[in-house]
Amino acid sequence: MSRWRSVLRTPVGACAALLLVGVLALAVLAPILWSAQADRVDTDAIRQGMSAEHWAGTDDLGRDLFFRVLVATRLSVELALLATLIAVVVGLTLGALPALVGSRLGRYVVAFVNITVAFPGLLLALFLAVIFGVGARGAVLAIGLAGAPAFARLTQTLVAGVIERDYVAAARAAGIGRFRVLLRHVLPNIAEPLIVNATISAGGALLAFAGLSFLGLGVQAPQYDWGRLLGDGLAGIYVTPAAALAPGIAVVIAGLAFNLFGEALAKAVGLTTPLGRALPRLPRRTDSSAPSDAVLEVRELTVTLPSGARAVRGVSLQIAPGEAVGVVGESGSGKSLTALAIAQLVEEPLQVRAERLHFQGADLQAQAHRKLLGTSLAMVFQDPMTAFNPTQRIASQLAEGAREHGGLSRQAARARVIDRLRAVRIHDPERRARQYPHEFSGGMRQRAMIGMGLMGTPALIIADEPTTALDVTVQQQILQLLAEIRAADHVALLLISHDVTVVSAVCDRVLVMYAGRVVEDLPAAELARGARHPYTRALVAAVPTMESDRQLPLTVIPGRMPDPDDVSAGCSFAPRCALADAHCAAEQPELIASADGRRIACWHPAPASLALQES
Amino acid sequence: MATAVTAPRVLENAWVRFAARRLGRLVVSVWVVITAAFLMIHLVPGDPVRAVLGPTATAEVVAAKRAALGLDDPMWSQYLHYLQGVLTGDFGTGLASSLPVSQVISQRLPTTAMLAVLAFLVAVAIAIPVGVFMGVLTRGGRARRAELSFTATSVVLAAVPEFLLAVGLVYVFGVSLGWLPVAGRSGASSYVLPVLALAIGPAAVLSRIVRVQLQSVLQADYVRTARAKRLRAVTVYLKHALPNTLTATLTLGGLLLSVLVAGTVLVENVFAWPGLGTTMISSILARDYPVVQAIVLVYGVGVLLVNLAVDIALALLDPRSTIRES
Repeated sequence: MSRWRSVLRTPVGACAALLLVGVLALAVLAPILWSAQADRVDTDAIRQGMSAEHWAGTDDLGRDLFFRVLVATRLSVELALLATLIAVVVGLTLGALPALVGSRLGRYVVAFVNITVAFPGLLLALFLAVIFGVGARGAVLAIGLAGAPAFARLTQTLVAGVIERDYVAAARAAGIGRFRVLLRHVLPNIAEPLIVNATISAGGALLAFAGLSFLGLGVQAPQYDWGRLLGDGLAGIYVTPAAALAPGIAVVIAGLAFNLFGEALAKAVGLTTPLGRALPRLPRRTDSSAPSDAVLEVRELTVTLPSGARAVRGVSLQIAPGEAVGVVGESGSGKSLTALAIAQLVEEPLQVRAERLHFQGADLQAQAHRKLLGTSLAMVFQDPMTAFNPTQRIASQLAEGAREHGGLSRQAARARVIDRLRAVRIHDPERRARQYPHEFSGGMRQRAMIGMGLMGTPALIIADEPTTALDVTVQQQILQLLAEIRAADHVALLLISHDVTVVSAVCDRVLVMYAGRVVEDLPAAELARGARHPYTRALVAAVPTMESDRQLPLTVIPGRMPDPDDVSAGCSFAPRCALADAHCAAEQPELIASADGRRIACWHPAPASLALQES
Repeated sequence: MATAVTAPRVLENAWVRFAARRLGRLVVSVWVVITAAFLMIHLVPGDPVRAVLGPTATAEVVAAKRAALGLDDPMWSQYLHYLQGVLTGDFGTGLASSLPVSQVISQRLPTTAMLAVLAFLVAVAIAIPVGVFMGVLTRGGRARRAELSFTATSVVLAAVPEFLLAVGLVYVFGVSLGWLPVAGRSGASSYVLPVLALAIGPAAVLSRIVRVQLQSVLQADYVRTARAKRLRAVTVYLKHALPNTLTATLTLGGLLLSVLVAGTVLVENVFAWPGLGTTMISSILARDYPVVQAIVLVYGVGVLLVNLAVDIALALLDPRSTIRES
C-alpha cells in the first residue's frame, strides 16, 4: 500500500492526482451548481466571443459555453468510466476464459483476441458504433467492447505468468476448482497491473468518446458532452474560436489526468532505478617525463564512480614490448575497469584520471589518439556472444576499423579480413566472412574477435577475461592462439582473468589486484610457490589441483572484498587476513618495489625463503 | 515425383516458411474482416432500407429496394454473393447516391492513403533524428534536465488525440495566423495541417521509443567493440547503434502505423478532407450501409496490410530472423 501512496510523492504523480481529483470533483459538482446557467437561452447574446460576462463565449442559442463545458464534465467522465468498466469486465472474462475452459475452446478464444487486437481501437469502435446505432448508449458499448481485446490480451499474459507458480499449482492439487483458483489465487496477484492499465485506458476512453461525439456518432442533442460541444464549435471557429477550444482543452486536461496518473502508478508499482549524478569534469594533469621504451606505462590510474567512491585506486604498471602481463583478482577488484580505462573505453559518468598514461610513447590523456589506438591496440572482450553487432556481417565488422584508419579500399580490406580469419584458424574464411555473428560458435567468434584486433599491427592486446565464457577445450585453443600471435609478431599482452591457472600458464608477469589496488607484482613462474602477499597466497591456495583431497571442502578465502564505497583507511585485506594487526587496520601499505623488480604492498609479507619452504 | 522431392526442400527455406505462415494468417484475418463487414448490415438495429428511405416511403418501394439489394434471399446465398462481389471488386450500389460503391472507394481511397503515408513519413523523419539526438545527449544519465523536459513534452504531445491537435493547429495556423488553408484539398499547402495533426502524436511516441532503445543499445557489448575499433563517434552511433535501435523501434512503432491509419477518420472530418473517413461518417449518419460496409472493409484490410508490411520489414532488417522462425 505504501507503494501506491508513494505515487503522490513524485512531482508528476502528485500533479496528476491533483488534476484527477479536480476533474472528478467537477464531474460531481458542476451539474448541481451550474446547470441553470448552462441551459439559460439568451437570444440577445447569440454566438458571442469571449467576454467578461461569457468567458468562453456563447453558442447558437446564446447559452454560456464556459458553464456548458463545466457541466459537460459529468457526462463525459461518466460515459468514459462506463465504457472502461465494460472494457475491463469483458476483457477480463475473455482473457481468463482460456484458463477456465478446456484447451480447445481456449485456443479459439485466444485466436479471436489475437485477430481483434491487431485492429486499432478507434476502428473497432467505429464499426461497433454502426452496429449499436448512433447515440450515447451505442457509443458506450462500442468504445467499451473495442477496448476489451487489449485488456483480454493483457489478462492472458498476466494469468499465464501467475498460473505456473507453485502456490497456484498447490491450490489446484488440493482439488480447488479452476474458477475458485482464478478468483482466489490468480486475480489478486494480477490486480496491480490491471488497475494501472484500467486507469490509463479510462483516459483513452474519454478521448475516444470525445472523438465519437465530435463525429456526431456519440452523445446527441439536447444532451451534450465535450466532444459534442467541440463538434458544434468547430464550424464557427473563425467567428468564435473559444467555442471549439474550450471543450478541446477540457478533453486534453481530463485525458492527461487519467493518463499521467496511470503512468505514475505504473512507475510506483514497478521498479525505477535512479541514475547517479554525474561528477564535474576534472582538469587532467599532463606530465612530460622522458619517454621510455615500454609499450604501456601507467602511473596512479584511478577510476571514480558517480558516487564519488574510487573503484580503481592508483594503479601503476608497465608493459615491455612483447611482454605478457596478467592481472588477477576476485570479481569487483577493479581489474576489468583498469583494462577499460587504459584502453580509453570508460565513459561518463565514470571518471578516469592518471598521473601518466602513455601508450607507445604517446600520452593518451593529452590528445585523441584514435588512429594509434585503432591500429596498435587490440581488444578482446569477455563474451564473444554479445561483442559482435548482430545485424552486420563478420567481414564488414572486421573491415571497418582498417578502412577507417588504414584507408584500405573495399577489396583490400576484404582480402585482409579473409587473411586474418585464416590467421586465427577459421576454416573456409571466404564463406565465413559473409556470415552473421549468430552463425558462428562461441569459440569461433572469439577467434574472429582476435582476428579483428589483428587487422592492424597491434603492439598490445588487451584481453578482458577472453576465455571465461567459453568451455574448457575451446579455452585452450584461444590461449594457444594468443600465445602464437605473441611469439610471431612480438605483441605485448595484458590479460585480465580471475583464473590464476590461466594467467600463470600464459603470462610472464602477474599483477594481483584487491579492492582497486595492485597488492603484488611478481613473475608468473613464482606465483604458485613464491607469492609473498597473504592475499596472493590465499588465491593460489584456493585453486584445486589434481592432488587436492576431494573429501575436503574446497578452500575459500573467508569474508568478502569491501565495496568501493566503504574502503577503510588501512589495508583493505586486513579484515580477511590471518596476519593482520592494529597497524594493518590503521595504515595502508604502499606498493614497494624490491631490487629484483617485484612489488608488494603488505606490512607482513612472507619472506621469500619462507614462502618457498611453506609451499 | 519431382514435386514430392522439391516441396520439402522449398519448405526448408526459412523465408518460404515465413511467407507461407504469414500469408495464411493474412488470409484468415481478411476473411474475418469480410465476414464482419457482411454481418454488419444484418446486425444494425431496424430495417436499413426503411431507415434510408424514410418513414414516408410506401411498403412497396421498401420491398422493391430490399429485393433489389437481395436482402430477402437466404443468408448463405447473400453471403456467397457478397464474397463473390468483394473478390471481384463489386461492392454493390449506395443507398443514398445510387453510385457504384467501388467508384466511391476508388475516388476517395488515394487521398486518404496519401494523407496516411505522408503523415507516417513525417513522423519517422521527425522521430529518428530527435530520438537519436536525445539518446546520445542523455546517454549514461547525462543531461538530466534535457531528458526530463523531453519526456514531459513527448508525453503530453502523445496524450493529445489527433483530432484535438487538429483543432489546435486550425486555430493557430488557420484562424490566428491565417497562413494555411484549414479545409478541403487544394494544392500542397492544404496537406500541411492534416499531415501534421496525424504525425505529431506518433512522432512523440516514436522518438521516445528511439531514445530508450538507443540507450539500451549503447550499453551493449558490441557498441564497446565498435568503440574499441576507434571509429568516429558518428559511425558508432549511426552504423552500429542505430540499426539495432530500429529493429526494436519498428516492433513497437508498427502498432502506431495502424493507429495512424484509423486516425485519418477523425482528422479528415476536422479538415473536411475528401477522403474515406469523411465519406464513412457521412454515410453512417445517412445510413448508407453498403458504403459504410465497403469502407470498413477497406480500412480493416488496410490495417492488416500495414501489419504485414511491418512484419516483412522486421524480417528483412533482423538477420537473426526471430520473426521468420518463431
